[in-house]
Amino acid sequence: MKLNVTVAALICSLAAPVAHADLVIPWLSYRTGPFSPSGIPAGDGFHDYFSLLNERDGGIGGVPINVIDCETAYNTQKGVECYESTKGQGSLLYQPLSTGITYQLIPKGTAEGIPIFSMGYGRTAAADGRYFPWVFNFPAHYWDGASIAIKHILDLNGGDIAGKKITLVHLNAAYGREPIPTLQALAEVHGFEVDFVPIDFASSQEQKSQWLDIRRKKPDYILMWGWGIMNAVAIQEAANIRYPMENFIGIWWSGSENDVLPAGERAHGYKALALHRPGKGAPIFDDLQEYVFDKGLAAGTGEHAGTVLYNRGAYGAMLTAEAIKTAQEIHGVAEITPAMMRDGLENLVMTEEKMAANGFPNFGPSFAVSCENHGGGGEAWIQQWDAHATEWKLITDLIQSDKELINRLVREDAEKYAAENNIEPRDC
Amino acid sequence: MLYREAGEFRTSYPDDSQTFPIAFDKFRYYAILAVLFVGVPFIVNDYWANAVLVPVLVWSIAALGLNILTGYCGQISLGTGGFMAVGAYSCYKLMTAFPDLNVVFCIFLSGFVTALVGIVFGVPSLRIKGFYLAVATLAAQFFLVWLFNGVPWFYNYSASGQITVPERTVFGIAVTGPYTEPWAKYLICMFFVFVLAWLARNLTRSSVGRSWMAIRDMDIAAEIIGVNPLKAKLQAFAVSSFFVGISGALFFSVYLGAVEASEAFGINQSFLVLFMVIIGGLGSIFGSFAGAAFIVLLPVLLKNLLVGRLSWPTDIATNSEFIIVGALIIFFLIVEPHGLAHLARLFKEKLRLWPFPH
Amino acid sequence: MVEQLLYAIEVSLNGLMTGILYSLVALGFVLIFKASGVFNYAQGIMVLFAALTLVGLQAGQVPFAHLINAVFGTRIYSFGWNLPAIAAIALSAMVMVVLAMAVEKFILKFLVHQEPVILFMATIGLAYFLEGFGELMWGGEIKPLDLPLPVGISDTIESATFERFGYGFFIDKLDIAAACVAAVLVLSLVLFFQYSKIGRALRAVADDHQAALSVGISLRYIWVVIWSIAGIVGLAAGIMWGAKSGVQFSLSLIALKALPVLMLGGFTSIPGAILGGIIIGVGEKLFDFFMNPIIGGATENWFAYMLALIFLVFRPQGLFGERIIERV
Repeated sequence: MKLNVTVAALICSLAAPVAHADLVIPWLSYRTGPFSPSGIPAGDGFHDYFSLLNERDGGIGGVPINVIDCETAYNTQKGVECYESTKGQGSLLYQPLSTGITYQLIPKGTAEGIPIFSMGYGRTAAADGRYFPWVFNFPAHYWDGASIAIKHILDLNGGDIAGKKITLVHLNAAYGREPIPTLQALAEVHGFEVDFVPIDFASSQEQKSQWLDIRRKKPDYILMWGWGIMNAVAIQEAANIRYPMENFIGIWWSGSENDVLPAGERAHGYKALALHRPGKGAPIFDDLQEYVFDKGLAAGTGEHAGTVLYNRGAYGAMLTAEAIKTAQEIHGVAEITPAMMRDGLENLVMTEEKMAANGFPNFGPSFAVSCENHGGGGEAWIQQWDAHATEWKLITDLIQSDKELINRLVREDAEKYAAENNIEPRDC
Repeated sequence: MLYREAGEFRTSYPDDSQTFPIAFDKFRYYAILAVLFVGVPFIVNDYWANAVLVPVLVWSIAALGLNILTGYCGQISLGTGGFMAVGAYSCYKLMTAFPDLNVVFCIFLSGFVTALVGIVFGVPSLRIKGFYLAVATLAAQFFLVWLFNGVPWFYNYSASGQITVPERTVFGIAVTGPYTEPWAKYLICMFFVFVLAWLARNLTRSSVGRSWMAIRDMDIAAEIIGVNPLKAKLQAFAVSSFFVGISGALFFSVYLGAVEASEAFGINQSFLVLFMVIIGGLGSIFGSFAGAAFIVLLPVLLKNLLVGRLSWPTDIATNSEFIIVGALIIFFLIVEPHGLAHLARLFKEKLRLWPFPH
Repeated sequence: MVEQLLYAIEVSLNGLMTGILYSLVALGFVLIFKASGVFNYAQGIMVLFAALTLVGLQAGQVPFAHLINAVFGTRIYSFGWNLPAIAAIALSAMVMVVLAMAVEKFILKFLVHQEPVILFMATIGLAYFLEGFGELMWGGEIKPLDLPLPVGISDTIESATFERFGYGFFIDKLDIAAACVAAVLVLSLVLFFQYSKIGRALRAVADDHQAALSVGISLRYIWVVIWSIAGIVGLAAGIMWGAKSGVQFSLSLIALKALPVLMLGGFTSIPGAILGGIIIGVGEKLFDFFMNPIIGGATENWFAYMLALIFLVFRPQGLFGERIIERV
């Protein structure tokens, strides 16, 4: 009998918990596992911004926000488990913060009508809203990133980089291979040579042979699509071979404090793309201090505020909140559904005034999402690491990617995906 | 009382050597099968299918496969993840190359492809033994994953290298792709589990299975009594890889729907399956299921308990999960070193005498 | 052509250094396998745990800060001290000794005379446990290692080789330091095994548990000693690898690079671990150097295992492993 009770209790524990009547936003976090150094600050930023909205404004449109944390440890299977266990609770949208999980959720979310918002990651072709009505990856995606990095190099060289050698150091996975077609296309346009150096995640602690190779070939510029421990080791090795750091440019996922701090002083001058402003300059941090940190409501220690990934989490939360507001305006109801959430995302217009009103003045690019374009404006800054002051500094204005070329590539890839999976385009 | 042999008279050898010689056992087995095939599909929902049942079933097949190799033939392998990748990628290639071929055949065929690959990587086992072999099979693991990552042909030259399953139907009902009903997902996995478990059970008690066990217990002695070690070991590798390949194909096509070699079939998966087999019980069909359930379900269960019921912060809960799972493994070992299957056997023995132990 | 040769030499030298770093991790496995026949799956996690402890102690982090804060609603994170490096290393070594005692008391004691596969599984449980415990104790953030280790290209070697060959070789100063540490460790271990009383007892246990017990050697004491040594070797490996990437969870992955080394050198031989490391290090780097243009990069992972596999086909117990004698 006792055994039966235990078994029954265990089976109950297996079943997912049930719903609340708030604006439910699941957060697939990874505060443990190999990528926890990145997952912790991003999760803190995301949570803290919504805690701020709840504390200061009583939620959005009067409805409190309920952020559900679900730990994935960056593991795809756990991500699926999280999706299944949270979707029944009225989840408005998913932000997986992992390329692998995003790929899982794109078909599932599309089939079940829950939007996926992969801010600056995931499947690039999803920027084509005709084929991916439920997926959003604004304000810029990987191919924009590649184009922006090349634009920056063009700017440094007075517009002519013919014959220059550019090497891409990338994680040997879907994410790392994303920019390859773009770089090849750009290489044809601008006449530079491009070379690819893949690094397996399992051996990303030991990159000596790759960097010896780079040392011999002496590329003029190095781009990096790395993640986790690979970034830190690569920056260290680049410093070891005395590669000029200002010619080493990482994507926005290779440009956080975690990546440069282990190399200490020697990382000085390393550059990375920036989707948003680093640092604690924005007025939002005063509000966070007043309403969240001082009240002891911080999701983490609060010490990450102002780091790149914390700001990314907060910025993503702000965009989400704006999309919710847009949805509420369109449909005239406060308690929105996932389908309304999708409309909000699709009609989101991010202007400087809105950002300033939210306490994020000049924090990210202005852009407008549309039925066709789910990828935003494709703008980013370049930030540079100042090892003496231990802070990132923006060194350029917003750089616009080569939209003509990128849109063509996105369209081609989206059409290929649609052909493989029998998807009819929407009319836009 | 419930479970006893009294009154059962067997008059022929086949009667004596059946899998469930005791009437109650047989009845219980059919009842469970009936519930699993007819009952569960009516009540299963998305969460139960995708997060609980399908993963357990898919991992059970992998564990069955490895158990044949490790538990019955005594060859430790850490290449399971790589072989699952072979199954998944050949399933993908078959499904896209022959869109009209029924997906069930695709999955079986990927099992055969994996069996061939398994034979190739099984050859070193003739020289190398024990933990050395375990580490040697890691070569297969890393090489295969590297291959699927590096050769664009395997992922049909897609930009990112991910493979996504196309939608396929069986009897007009979708079994792969995002629009699959949870019960269809569950049933197709259940079908494969049933067929393969039946196959495994009967193989292991045939002369083939006995030759494997002879090799496991002492290969030199087995050779002396006339077991051909080359044949037996390669057979074990082939059959085991067949199972693992099918589980990889199901893992990709039915369970996840989109995978990438290095993430979905990494070294962690190889270790995970080995843990399942050892914890469940080496050389036991039931143990494979028990081990898979233990490793897959315990974290989910603990998570729902700690986060869902007790509202712990997720990171503390996850770390505690690891601590609890680790402690439980050690505890089980100290109490019962031969895995969950042995625990179940002891329970049966007790049941036999219950409630009159004298 | 001359250039190619110079490059190849440079690559091999770097491979040599890397190989020694691999052996540093492999040593921990060998020690435990030698004395107790246990393949210690948790060795990689022990490396991580040791490094986390070192950094945490040095920076004055409060252990279990997150847990304490969550339970009691406090906000404590740091003791506010900064220990000198030597003190922190000594303290971490002590923590590893305590860990060894705990392992013996709570796990190994109960599993004497069990089959190797069961002991292996116990270490899997230990690995799970330590993975959660380590992160719960010290948190999941990345922590830069603050030890006065030399890093970066060695100018002396670069300029010397440049004068001689017209091409400056790249050797990392950290690698040189690591090689020295490894050399000192191996030398002292060999001396310890050969000449000290405990060392002789260790060898006796390694040879035959039962015989060792019958002449009055305490198995449990020996196990504590050997696990402590393995823990301290893990600490050294953690320091060297942590200096490259900062101390973070992924550090435990380094165990995967040690496995081919083990298999090539033999599970039971300390010189085997060193030589195996060198062969693997040089082999994988050279293979990548020559084959990269033909079959693409990122081959190191599987090639290390393939190389070991090839050696094993000729010597199934590794280069220096004890010969397997089977009686029917």
